[in-house]
Amino acid sequence: MSRRMPFDADTRRGLSQISLPFAFSILLLAAPLALLLAMSFWTQDFLTLDRTPTIANFVEVWNSPIYRTLMLRSLKISLIVTFLTVSLAYPAAYYMSFVAPDNRKALLVFLITIPFWTSYLMRIFLWKVILGYNGVLNESLMGIGLIREPLDFILYNQFAVALTLSHAWLPFAVLPIFVVMEKVNRSYLEAAQDLGDTPFQRFRRITLPLSMPGVVAATLIVFIPTIGDYVTPKLVGGSSGLMIANMIEVQFKNANNAPLGATLALMALLLVSSVAGLFVWINRRYLKEEGAA
Amino acid sequence: MIKLTNIQKYYGSYHALRDVSCHIREGEFFSLLGPSGSGKTTLLRTIAGFEGIDSGDLMIGGQPMKGVPANKRPTNMVFQSYAIFPHMSVAQNVAYGLRAQRLSKAETASMVSEALAKVGLAGYGARAAHALSGGQRQRVALARALILKPKVLLLDEPMSALDRKLREEMQSELRHLQRNLGITFVLVTHDQEEALTMSDRVAVMFEGQIAQLDTPQALYKQPASKRVAEFFGAMNILRADIVDVKDGVATTRIEGLGTADLPMPRQADAGTAPPYCAGVRPELMTILDDGAQSYERETAATVTDVEYRGELTYYDVKFQGSDTPVVVSMRNTSNRTLKTVGQQVRIGWESASAVLLVDRS
Repeated sequence: MSRRMPFDADTRRGLSQISLPFAFSILLLAAPLALLLAMSFWTQDFLTLDRTPTIANFVEVWNSPIYRTLMLRSLKISLIVTFLTVSLAYPAAYYMSFVAPDNRKALLVFLITIPFWTSYLMRIFLWKVILGYNGVLNESLMGIGLIREPLDFILYNQFAVALTLSHAWLPFAVLPIFVVMEKVNRSYLEAAQDLGDTPFQRFRRITLPLSMPGVVAATLIVFIPTIGDYVTPKLVGGSSGLMIANMIEVQFKNANNAPLGATLALMALLLVSSVAGLFVWINRRYLKEEGAA
Repeated sequence: MIKLTNIQKYYGSYHALRDVSCHIREGEFFSLLGPSGSGKTTLLRTIAGFEGIDSGDLMIGGQPMKGVPANKRPTNMVFQSYAIFPHMSVAQNVAYGLRAQRLSKAETASMVSEALAKVGLAGYGARAAHALSGGQRQRVALARALILKPKVLLLDEPMSALDRKLREEMQSELRHLQRNLGITFVLVTHDQEEALTMSDRVAVMFEGQIAQLDTPQALYKQPASKRVAEFFGAMNILRADIVDVKDGVATTRIEGLGTADLPMPRQADAGTAPPYCAGVRPELMTILDDGAQSYERETAATVTDVEYRGELTYYDVKFQGSDTPVVVSMRNTSNRTLKTVGQQVRIGWESASAVLLVDRS
């Protein structure tokens, strides 16, 4: 009599295939998150970490206006960036998918990726060169006599952060919209026209609703990382352009208060997930109404 | 209803429609039949307004269609893929084109349910588009087009995505629908059986040209060319030499069969003298049993192969003095015995069995 195996063959094969990614996600996703969550209930007193659970950090985050200001500023900047990139990306993706001839599409996708050929840091520094006090923009404007003194309000503020981030994330917004548009069956468009739609009506009733999943994907792809960005605000944001991630960094490093940093990170996470959830919910509502209209 | 005059259409250097002219009558079921690449779909899309034409005239209902976009034409189309909008329910799909008419909700709803009932989908309005089978999709596409009461309904290979049984069902339903509504239907198909069973008239297209435009019967019985003949069922092709032509009737010497008087092919170009051949359908020849019947013409032949198919038997025979194998089909009635390979038989035929064909490309 053979020894009884704990699982049948199918189950074993399934387990062997899933266990590696599962371990991977436990170690790299669940464990750090759990640690972050645990740490937010601890406190730090100079060099000693006090592991007694307390909600002191949450109370502090809630009561100090600086954290709320930073949080809301991050939200505002990343919403602006998301709105800018997605609304610029949509026409670009539309052109690539519906206007450009088929044999040009690969080339256009290739061109879209060109900004990635230089490093992220290089691109941020480039914006410093363009927007700076003695930068390209000021020199040019003075050169053509539009201004006499260099403008000093175009760098080291929230505007500079939003501009730099938008430039960096635009390609990421174009691609998901383009991919979804490519999947829109062209006979839907002909059918809509055949049933009496003008090109604009057809866009509103068919193309836009069917490309919405791409818009949502682009929105999330841009919104989620930008709200947590800390390199761009640090380099072009000055003091008025700092965002929540800069504060988290400060807490973990300079201030040596990891528990407070963990709490802030957790709050930022909550904010991101609720706003992202809101986007998805709005999209569902929109699609439902579009169908009913 | 639709008048096409000398339509020319190029895709780059590719000549897609070569001087197409025809007149589609009001209320008829008209089919465009041809192999893929023959230009039949291009012609349909030209009528719908999805493709422009390089020269020629297109009139629908007496109106010139030059510069009229698809959304302003009195035509509606059932697409090959049906193009059911995936983000809408069945009712929303059917009501799609009604928006411009600014009807009240109740009016729209009653028109939609009426249209759905017409295509046998009463009560399906609330279904999601993705929850439909292929046949149901076709019906929704039909309802969506017919609810707008078009002068012409264009159908682009609507049966090609359906399985055989459903296809036959939909063919007869579509035919009934067309008779009841009296709307002009223009159907594109590559299936000659479909074209024969459904249409009042069929335009057979090859390489961007209409090779022959006729009723199904005429196309089968009096094909103008070898190519059209072979497109509809089996046809034995025999060498033929025209000895004399008088009043449109050609005295023709046919390989193996002898001399017969055959009418000149329809639509044969006057002036030019293309090579001709003769065609004989397998079912229009009979293997004669000893002495029993007498036929206008009889020819001696040898059976070279026998293929028994239940209802019919197909014989390969060779006429005396000819090497071309000829197929003769015989209905297996109760008093007929099967012939055997090598048997000498007499083939009965009449001059109406044979048809003179233009033998060009």
